[in-house]
Amino acid sequence: MSRKDIEEGRVPTFKDKPEARYAWAAGVAMGRFLAELKEGRIIGRRCRACGRVLVPPRMFCEWCFRPTDEWVYVRDTGTVLTYSISYLGPAAERLKEPVIIAVIELDGASPGIGILHKLGEVKPEAVHVGMRVKAVWKPPEEREGAITDILYFKPLEGGGGGE
Amino acid sequence: MMSSVKRRVAVVGAGITLFRRRLKETGRELSFYAAKMALDTAGITLRDVDAVVCGTAPDAFDGVHMKGEYLLDGMGGHRKPFVRVYVGGGTGVFTPIAAWWHVASGHFDIVLAVAEEKMSSCYPHPQKAFTTIFDPMLTRPLGANLVWIFALEMQRYMHVHGVKKEQIATIAVKNKRNALDHPCAQLAAKITVQDVLNSEVMVWPVQRLDISPPSDGAAAVVLAAEHVAKRLTDDPVWIEGVGWCLDSTYWTNRDLYYPKYVEYAARMAYKMAGIKNPPKEIDVAEPYDPFDYKEAHHAEGLMLARKGEYLKDVKDESDIFARYGRDGDLPICPSGGLLGVGNPIAAAGMMKVCEIFWQLRKEAGKRQVKNDPRTGVAQAWGDLMQVGTVVVMRV
Amino acid sequence: MSVERVRLPHEVRHWLGDMEADYVYTLGIAGEKFYAGLKEGKIIGARCPSCGAVWVPPSIYCPECFEELTEWVELPDEGTVYTFTVAHVGPDGRPLEEPVVYALIVPDGASGGILHKLGEVKPGEAYIGMRVKAVWEDPDKRKGAITDIRYFRPIE
Repeated sequence: MSRKDIEEGRVPTFKDKPEARYAWAAGVAMGRFLAELKEGRIIGRRCRACGRVLVPPRMFCEWCFRPTDEWVYVRDTGTVLTYSISYLGPAAERLKEPVIIAVIELDGASPGIGILHKLGEVKPEAVHVGMRVKAVWKPPEEREGAITDILYFKPLEGGGGGE
Repeated sequence: MMSSVKRRVAVVGAGITLFRRRLKETGRELSFYAAKMALDTAGITLRDVDAVVCGTAPDAFDGVHMKGEYLLDGMGGHRKPFVRVYVGGGTGVFTPIAAWWHVASGHFDIVLAVAEEKMSSCYPHPQKAFTTIFDPMLTRPLGANLVWIFALEMQRYMHVHGVKKEQIATIAVKNKRNALDHPCAQLAAKITVQDVLNSEVMVWPVQRLDISPPSDGAAAVVLAAEHVAKRLTDDPVWIEGVGWCLDSTYWTNRDLYYPKYVEYAARMAYKMAGIKNPPKEIDVAEPYDPFDYKEAHHAEGLMLARKGEYLKDVKDESDIFARYGRDGDLPICPSGGLLGVGNPIAAAGMMKVCEIFWQLRKEAGKRQVKNDPRTGVAQAWGDLMQVGTVVVMRV
Repeated sequence: MSVERVRLPHEVRHWLGDMEADYVYTLGIAGEKFYAGLKEGKIIGARCPSCGAVWVPPSIYCPECFEELTEWVELPDEGTVYTFTVAHVGPDGRPLEEPVVYALIVPDGASGGILHKLGEVKPGEAYIGMRVKAVWEDPDKRKGAITDIRYFRPIE
C-alpha cells in the first residue's frame, strides 16, 4: 500500500504520538566539556597508559579500560579528516541550502581523534581532506554550554595555526 | 579463543515475506508468515520447536515498547524459551548466531530464529527515530541525519583508496539488477551507472540510488542439531563459523575507511570454519549493502579483497558483472542485496542468511550462482559504524 | 568518581530534549476485521481449525497451534468479568475526579478477552464472574475503534 492510501483513508490506521521527554545527565566528562565550551575552550582527557588525548573527553579510556588521568586543553584549530555536503535535515526533509559537515582532527588531541561539526565561510567545491580549519565561536554572551557555541569551522588562511 | 564446539548445527528451513515500503500486515502477522514458511520448509510444526530467538531493531521503528515481547506470539514464542537480540543492522545475522548458541551448547535441539521490522509505522519517515542514535549533546544539536555518517565514511573510503563514484555506482547497478529475480524484492530495477550519478544528491557523495530504502518485512530460519538435521533433511546446510565484533561509539575518533570490526568478526568465523584463504575458499558471499560503497567496504573487511582493491579492476558495468555477478569470478550479493530487495533492518541480514542457505542447496532458482557453491558467507553491519556479524555456511 | 544521591535531574548538569516520533499504525489483516466489526456493532473473533479456540481480539494465527486462521466468527456482545480493577489515578499520574472500573471481559464462547470499562455500576459492586453486556455508541458516531463500545454494563 502507499502513503496516499493512508492519507486518503483507504486503509484504516491508528495514529499516535508518544511523548518522550528527556533530561539526559551530561555526566562528569561531558559536563566539564560543555562548561568549557561556554568559556570558548575545548577540553579533552589524557590516558597515561596509551598516551592518547581524547576528545570528546571521557572519564575512562575504552582501549585500556582504566580511568583517564588528567584534563588537557586542545586548540580550536584542526584538520579535516573527512567531510560531506548534506541536503537532508534531521527528519529527512530537503534543505534549500546545503550544510557542510566534517570530522575535524583537533590540534593537541591525538592523531585521528576528531569531532563532528559544520564548515562555514567556504564553498563546497573548495573543501578537501587535509584542509586546515579554525573554530568560529558565538559571542560570549550567547553561549549556552553546548556544541553549538561553536557556530562552525572556517578555513585557516595559509594553513597555519598547527603544531 | 574458543575452538571446541559441543555439537554441529545446520539450517534446515527458511522463510521470508515480501519486502515493501509499506505493508498492511502488523509486525506480528509478518513474523507469522516468515516463521510458518520456515517451519513448513523444514517439515516441522511449532510443537517441535524448543526455543525461539527474535531479532528486531529499535522499538522506535514499529512504535511498540518491548517489541520483542510484542512480536512473540507471531514468532511462535508462545510459552517457549524466547529471547530477543539486537545489534542494530547487524541483528539479521546475529539472530541465527544466537540461535546457533542455543543448539551448539547442547541446550536445545530445534530453534526457530525470526527477524522482523516494520519501519513504516514511523510516520512519515523513520529518519526521526534513526537520529536518536546520535549523542544528544554532541551531535543532534547540529541537525544530524543518519545519512551523514555514511557520507563521511564513503568520502573517507574514496579518499584513502582513490576509488571513484563511477566504480562504486556499478554495485548499485549489479544488485538492483540481481534483485529482478528475487520474488520479494522492493526496488529491483535495470538501471545504469549514469542513472546513479544523475540521481538526487542527498548528502554528498551519497545520492539517492546509492541507498537502500526503509522497508517492512520478516525472514526466518530453523536451526537443528546434527542428529535431528539428518533426520529432517538430506540437505542440511551446516553453520561452520560464527563471528561478531563491536567497535566503540566514538566514531569520530576512528578512521572510517576500513571496518576493522567486520574483519575481527570474520577472523573469528573463519577460524572456526578452518578458512585460511577467503577469496579462494569462499564460493558465494552476501556482505551487507545498505549503500553501494558498503558492499566494497565490507567485502574488504571480510578479506575477500585487499583493502581498497575490491573495485580495482572494475571500471564499468560489464566489469562488475564479470568479477562479482552470478556468473562472475566471485559472486557477491546474488540475492540483489539490500539495494535491490529492501532494508527492513533486522530482516535484511536474515534475508542474506536465507539466500546463502538457498544458494548452497541449489534452490535459488533464477538467482542460482553457477560455480557449484559449497561455502558461503553472510555478513551484517550496524549502529554507529560499529557492528560486524558474520556466518559461514557449508554443505 | 561522583556517586552522590541525586533526586532531581535538574540537580545534575543535564541536556533537555525530546525523542520525537509520530506513528501511523496499520491495523493488520485481523485488526481490520475486528475494528470493521466494531463499527457495525459486532465483536469479531477468529476460530482455530485445529484446537477450536475462538480468539478475541482475532489474529491470523493461533498462538498455540500456529495454524493460519481464516474463519472469522461473530461473538455475542455479552460475557463474564474475568478480572477487574478500580483506577483512581489517570494515565498521566494525576488523580481522577471519579474512579473508573476497568475489566477484562470474556465474551461467551471466546478464548481471551477484551479490556474495557465497566459502566452503570458502582466500583464496590463489581466482582469476578459478573455477567455484563456491551453498551454501544450510536451507529453514526462509531469510527471503527475500541471506543465504539462505550462500556460494559451488568446484566442479571
